[in-house]
Amino acid sequence: MANFRDIIGAFKDKPGGIIEAYHALQKEYNYIPKGAVAEAARVFGISEAQAYGVATFYSYLATEPRGKYIIRICESAPCHIAGADQVIKAFERHLGIKIGETTPDGKFTLEFAECVGQCQETPVVTINSVPYVGITPEDVPAVLDKCR
Amino acid sequence: MVTLTVNGRQIKAPRGSTILEACRLNGIEIPTLCYDPDLRLAGSCRMCLVEAKGRPLFLASCVAPAEDGMVIETESPDIVEARRIVLELLAARHDFSCQTCEKNGDCKFQDYCYRYGVKDSRFTDGGRHVYPIDDPNPFIERDYNKCIMCTRCVRACEEITVARAINVKDRGHNAKIATAFDGHLADSPCVFCGQCIMVCPVGALTSKVSAGKGRAYEVDRVLTTCTYCGTGCTLELNVKDNQVVGVTSNRSEEYSPVNKGALCVKGRFGWDFINSPDRLTTPLIKENGEFREASWDEALDLVAARLQAIKESSGPDSMAVFTSARMTNEENYLAQKFARAVLGTNNVDHCARL
Amino acid sequence: MGKEMRIVLRNADKIDPNSIDDYIKAGGYRALEKARGMERKALIEEVKKANLRGRGGAGFNAGMKWSFVPPAEVTYVVCNLDEGEPGTYKDRTIVQKDPHTLLEGMAICAHAINSKKGFIYCRGEYPYVVEHLNRAIDQARKKGVLGDFDIEVRMGGGAYVCGEETALIESIEGHRGEPRFKPPFPGVAGLWNRPTVVNNVETFANLPEIINRGYEWFASIGAPSYPGTKVLTLSGDVVNRVAIEVPTNTTIREVIYDFGGGIRDGKKFKAVQIGGTSGGFIPESLLDTPIDFDSMRDIGATLGTGAVFVMDETRDIVDIVTRIAKFFEHESCGKCNPCREGTFRNFKIMTKINRGMAAAQDIENMTLLCKVMQKACLCGLGQAAPGPIVTTLQHFRHEYERKLLA
Repeated sequence: MANFRDIIGAFKDKPGGIIEAYHALQKEYNYIPKGAVAEAARVFGISEAQAYGVATFYSYLATEPRGKYIIRICESAPCHIAGADQVIKAFERHLGIKIGETTPDGKFTLEFAECVGQCQETPVVTINSVPYVGITPEDVPAVLDKCR
Repeated sequence: MVTLTVNGRQIKAPRGSTILEACRLNGIEIPTLCYDPDLRLAGSCRMCLVEAKGRPLFLASCVAPAEDGMVIETESPDIVEARRIVLELLAARHDFSCQTCEKNGDCKFQDYCYRYGVKDSRFTDGGRHVYPIDDPNPFIERDYNKCIMCTRCVRACEEITVARAINVKDRGHNAKIATAFDGHLADSPCVFCGQCIMVCPVGALTSKVSAGKGRAYEVDRVLTTCTYCGTGCTLELNVKDNQVVGVTSNRSEEYSPVNKGALCVKGRFGWDFINSPDRLTTPLIKENGEFREASWDEALDLVAARLQAIKESSGPDSMAVFTSARMTNEENYLAQKFARAVLGTNNVDHCARL
Repeated sequence: MGKEMRIVLRNADKIDPNSIDDYIKAGGYRALEKARGMERKALIEEVKKANLRGRGGAGFNAGMKWSFVPPAEVTYVVCNLDEGEPGTYKDRTIVQKDPHTLLEGMAICAHAINSKKGFIYCRGEYPYVVEHLNRAIDQARKKGVLGDFDIEVRMGGGAYVCGEETALIESIEGHRGEPRFKPPFPGVAGLWNRPTVVNNVETFANLPEIINRGYEWFASIGAPSYPGTKVLTLSGDVVNRVAIEVPTNTTIREVIYDFGGGIRDGKKFKAVQIGGTSGGFIPESLLDTPIDFDSMRDIGATLGTGAVFVMDETRDIVDIVTRIAKFFEHESCGKCNPCREGTFRNFKIMTKINRGMAAAQDIENMTLLCKVMQKACLCGLGQAAPGPIVTTLQHFRHEYERKLLA
């Protein structure tokens, strides 16, 4: 695993690059470790409180550990009327966890998402940012199998 | 100068003023919560909204420039309605325990609820955050159940003290003032200066040291100069029943030219010695290993005589004068003058030289 | 099916979006060359006279926006690709199908305001678009077509509010995406306090053809007050859920029935929400309104981003608006009081109504709250958030009343 100092350091010359650094950290760890928030504050010359404020503002960034596969289910209006609620229930049933939780084996995290810009075929879920469109509850096992 | 019409009256203000500044300059009071003249502007509480003719939106007067020819209403029915709604929205998240609140009588939120007749909120269908009040530090009580998210504490911490201990975490209705990782102040760069208490318009940040000792309207405020160091900060002793029960900031340039109200942990919280029974009130002279009380005249005579004797027996350079940063520059000057002119030695030193 | 008019999407599905040579062969980067031969003032004047109005939702004349930029050593061109309005996928479509038209448009703007550096702020939901753009920028750099203008892509972190231009600027600066108060406007003090032009993807993508063909050509297309075309993205209960580009005098009915192919499964129309999730709900009786900015405003709706979200007769308006209220509660940045607390309270009251637990007084309270939010909030998010509630109460009030406690 790459050292978080090196990951953050790669962005040190980008003014305002802390969010880019956070994205890079999440690519490696799926969340932003505590020490990395402090290190990012140091590298970008802001307070730790501010770096933490930035990390907690954006819904794609997380400061708590998450699973290897982050499944985000869109529940904005176009997905909502297409049956997103049923898709959420199907994921919860198949994984045995509730939205916002991570499976005990650390493999899957379920999250709500707002619109992911694939409204031509709803409902939409993304797994590690890759969109799967027109998902029905029946599709859920096959989608999960792709991650296993 | 620009000329504008406010509430039907023509007023003038320097070009570059905000509407709020222009109004205040002309004795027109507009309520504010997040505005603080010593901090960068936020424009976020929306209490200072005014109506400007020809503008579709209300203007936040603390950030809106006063422009020539503007026609403004500061208390129109629509504005009063908007302020009431803002207050009611805040009331729905605010812990109204005014009876026991340290800020009772000195709270801007309470004042404005009174002014606009907000007794209750129509938005109370649950959803009030309940935050634990559990920061164990000895100085600052943090009760975010009373916080109205004006962020003045964040700005004061960043801009006046530059400790940068706190910021806003999360967003929307979950937004909250927090240290990094939402921990205790002692684990943050906080220096416990209490500038956050100074700027907090409500009872979210109060002094633990003064808790329960007296309300703002019960105390006399006595201006004095802090004795902890030579900086000479002005502070306001809060006196109740002839006892010091707290220290607050006087933020006026006139009375507080050195610090404009900003204090350090010692000045703001370290005043309990004043009424301490352990405090010396007369000089003590040690005789046969025991201290006894003496008068100033007796003590000074004794010191003068002993210094004279040492100077005659061992020479002036057998003595030295060591002074303290708790004295003013002038006092330190006098001390070295005393060493050189009276004692006759150049052995002068000061703790700040270290 | 009606006929589209493609300006922004002129190359879509005709060229390989991964090939700059294809774009150049189709006439690409010629407009930039032409623009660079023009005086800055003349270029700005050209865009102003074309009356190209912002395609992100605010509808402000782009040339006018550029003209506010004072002469300065450092200025920035920022492209808003934070497409966060539910039901909107036009900017993604434009960039995926023809990234160079965006880059060329930005470079034209850069010449007009004498800028050496551009940023594309792409929403965090589109990492694949970021990659795609970086490839295109790389090609453009290698070809040298951008000259001394360089473009950097920055990725958002999942915050709808960053579509607001000052919040977007804050985010590029690495801060919490909280909007700034205005003035100062970005044109005077924007990114790192430098003069900055922020325009939407579609606005930039219109520029090459405006320069190539002249302002008179563009100004004569569609509705006179908001000329040109608009890329619309259809979603919901409509047969064809696609991105289309039509002249701005096209009516809503034509969009839904001619281009959208009508309502799915032979059902009847109930409502359409245009412009994204903050847009107004439009009933059958107003479907003959043209989609242009001003006509939409006149019926209390918005053109916004051009999202067209269609709902059939079976849809529960109150349930959908409750969901929308949740969206705003989730996306409010929390900086200003009326938005932070107001979006939260709207969601609470809508939920109460949707569950059949509310009384008429709740609707009254919410109506008053919405009225204040529209005028009192700091930025467009809070000002627009009540739109769906207000317009559905206007056109579909019976659906609310049906759910009230007796």
